[in-house]
Amino acid sequence: MTIAKQITVAVAGQPNCGKSTMFNAITGAAARVGNYPGITVDRLEGHYLLNGYDIKLIDLPGTYSLTSYSPEEVVARDVIIDERPDAVIDMVDTSALERSLYLAVQFMEIGVPIILGLNMMDELRRKGIRIDSAKLSRLLGIPVVECTARIGLGKRELMEAVVKIGEKSDRTWNPIDISYGHDLDPVLHEMTQKIEAARFMTDRYPARWIAVKYLEDDENIIEHGRRAGALGQELEAMVKKLGEHTEKTLNTYPEAIVADYRYGFINSLLKQGAITREDDLRFDISDKIDLVVTHRLLGPVIMLGVLWLMFYVTFTLGAYPQGWIESGFNFLGALAASQIPEGLLQSLVTKGILDGVGAVLSFTPLILIMFAMLVFLEDLGYMARTAYMLDRVFRVFGLHGASVMSFIMSGGIPGGCAVPGVMCTRTLRSPKERLATLFTAPFMVCGAKTTAYIMLTAAFFARSAAFAMFVIVLVAWSLALIAARILRWTVIKGPSTPFVMELPPYRLPTLRGIAIHTWERLRQFVTKAATVIFGISVIMWLLMTFPQLPENRIHFFDKQREAVRQEVDIRASAENLSAQTSAAILDKGLREIDSRQNETALKYSIAGRVGVGLEPLSKLAGFPWQVNIALLGAFAAKEVFVSTMATAYAMGTVDPKHSSSLSERLARDPAYTTPAIVSLLLFILLYAPCMVTVVAIGRESNWRWALFVLFGSITFAYTLSVIVYQIGSAFV
Amino acid sequence: MEVEYSDLRIHNAKHQPPKERRGVIMVLPLRKMHVNQKGRIKAVTANGELGRRLRDMGLVPGTDFVIIGRAPLYDPVAIRLKGFTMTLRNKEADYITVDAEK
Repeated sequence: MTIAKQITVAVAGQPNCGKSTMFNAITGAAARVGNYPGITVDRLEGHYLLNGYDIKLIDLPGTYSLTSYSPEEVVARDVIIDERPDAVIDMVDTSALERSLYLAVQFMEIGVPIILGLNMMDELRRKGIRIDSAKLSRLLGIPVVECTARIGLGKRELMEAVVKIGEKSDRTWNPIDISYGHDLDPVLHEMTQKIEAARFMTDRYPARWIAVKYLEDDENIIEHGRRAGALGQELEAMVKKLGEHTEKTLNTYPEAIVADYRYGFINSLLKQGAITREDDLRFDISDKIDLVVTHRLLGPVIMLGVLWLMFYVTFTLGAYPQGWIESGFNFLGALAASQIPEGLLQSLVTKGILDGVGAVLSFTPLILIMFAMLVFLEDLGYMARTAYMLDRVFRVFGLHGASVMSFIMSGGIPGGCAVPGVMCTRTLRSPKERLATLFTAPFMVCGAKTTAYIMLTAAFFARSAAFAMFVIVLVAWSLALIAARILRWTVIKGPSTPFVMELPPYRLPTLRGIAIHTWERLRQFVTKAATVIFGISVIMWLLMTFPQLPENRIHFFDKQREAVRQEVDIRASAENLSAQTSAAILDKGLREIDSRQNETALKYSIAGRVGVGLEPLSKLAGFPWQVNIALLGAFAAKEVFVSTMATAYAMGTVDPKHSSSLSERLARDPAYTTPAIVSLLLFILLYAPCMVTVVAIGRESNWRWALFVLFGSITFAYTLSVIVYQIGSAFV
Repeated sequence: MEVEYSDLRIHNAKHQPPKERRGVIMVLPLRKMHVNQKGRIKAVTANGELGRRLRDMGLVPGTDFVIIGRAPLYDPVAIRLKGFTMTLRNKEADYITVDAEK
């Protein structure tokens, strides 16, 4: 057997052109997933075998152009330049051929051999478009393949075209030269000659292409040029002079002229009869659907319905498998408790490892369902409509219309979860708006926070618990929006990203595409996040367990137990109690001592010392040390707040879902004045995302931002709580 | 399949001559246009990122388009051109001057 010859081919295309669908159709589900540096678009690689060739396919991020204003475009360009694939398959949405060819022409200007995949052929007839692909191929001088990616049509022809290119012995790239008119061409020519003479970056890029990029004011190339040599400055000066000239005579910039001529070039090809259509401006079916879906009144109503349904399905349907996983881990916990002798190891396995890993895995059904629906709505084209309808509102706060999905999922309707909420931001293409969303979405009232709120509102607002909950949700939304506004004025300031966005035609997504995307997200979450979370769980356990009580203090509790036993014995013989009654009394007495011992042990641990140590600070916001420990523990998972409070108040074990005994205990405590309660409720809402969310934020942006979110929200929460408590206490 | 690109340059005129069309034509900023009104882009004065995004979408002088709708709060605006639909904000539409049909 001979070793297959390898051909590398990059799959490119504009967003919504069906590029991913075709990539999936060609490579099957066997794609390998990696990361592009600096962006959250996955780098997929797959293989296809044909005629003894091993074709390696790289999925490029979807971009409209190859300038450098978004990291996606720089990445796409760098793959072509640095990895030098043998060919590029450029998938195009044939019904928007003119705009699609704008990208294709830019590949041709670099010189990489390209194959044009005319996608959406099935939609063309409906739209009254006729295309002569042979003629288009002749005019462009490149292979053109008609495709319908959703049913896999055209994939073999594409691969055959790739092989044909791979068989060629001559692998030199031939960049095409487009004329940019009599104003630009002479300058371009002069620049190209200078670049060639100086071998200025020509080891990496074609000379004329560099010159065109200077005309286009391409930051990335200009930056490289400054470092590459003195010619960089000279070229910049030439472009500046040209710009002054065109501004005076034509009232436009060189980069606009470049674009005009590129479109002119494309139009000159298309006008030769490669494509005919009845009317470019005729309303599509999608536009007709939009008359209803984005209608002034109906639009928002439908949107609310969709958001609510998505939320409802995620958390109602997800609750079942989530419950199974939780009971599975409870079972494992019980098993471990019965098999491992009582002591440190048992505690580590049950409280440290199993609780931590169980908490992470219990999120997986939610992520699975949420992500499947999100991918569906995104591929359907509905997410773009949501952003379109809400942009006016969210823009005021420096956010993006699509931020709403993240807020809702995180608990904008109480009971959500910030982990899938944070993952929702993936569909947000505006970097600043995205970071602001990542920061503020965890403010929402997630399901775990509700357990704390139910306990606290039952304790302090017993008669109007539901109303209190409603107010909390409103406060969450308001503070999230306000915080976003503050962030966009300070840390991530700058004008909002332009809302120049395609409203893609409604298209029914393929099941396979949804499955691949969803599975990939889930796998990444479980493998990458779980390792970090596992580590943090163990650390949290260590903090709450060590140092252990010294011998003499344990001995003190043991002596108390002994005393209780003796007392019960004496009472039993004196009052003639039945064995059952005396056992019950003994049990109650021992449990009280256990609780006190747990409380003491918790206070003695590092977490306890930190909690007590922080009391001077937290007193300013009105909380005692017990709350501090519970808040610390709740970083691992917000549900832990209630159970840690219970331990700290020596209540023994309290089920977070039935916490009325703890509520009563707190309600009697004079430390909890109304300002202290309001301050505490506020602090729980804002103080820090749980560790799983922090990890998710890190995955969706970077670790620096995740840490900023963590400490930034603690600062924000503390400031607000102190203000509320101090002002409140002054008045009450 | 060798193509003489120099041949194509002849066709590469910057603006197509205006088509015969009905109705009175007036010069407007895009923001002022109403739903269902047709127009042809006369000038785009945005530069920087916004300018690039508009050009990437094919909003260059000489392009025919029609306003197909506005978001519930009147902003952004959705327009149809070159066989697809896109949106932009009113603030961004201010940079675009059009020859609009009445």
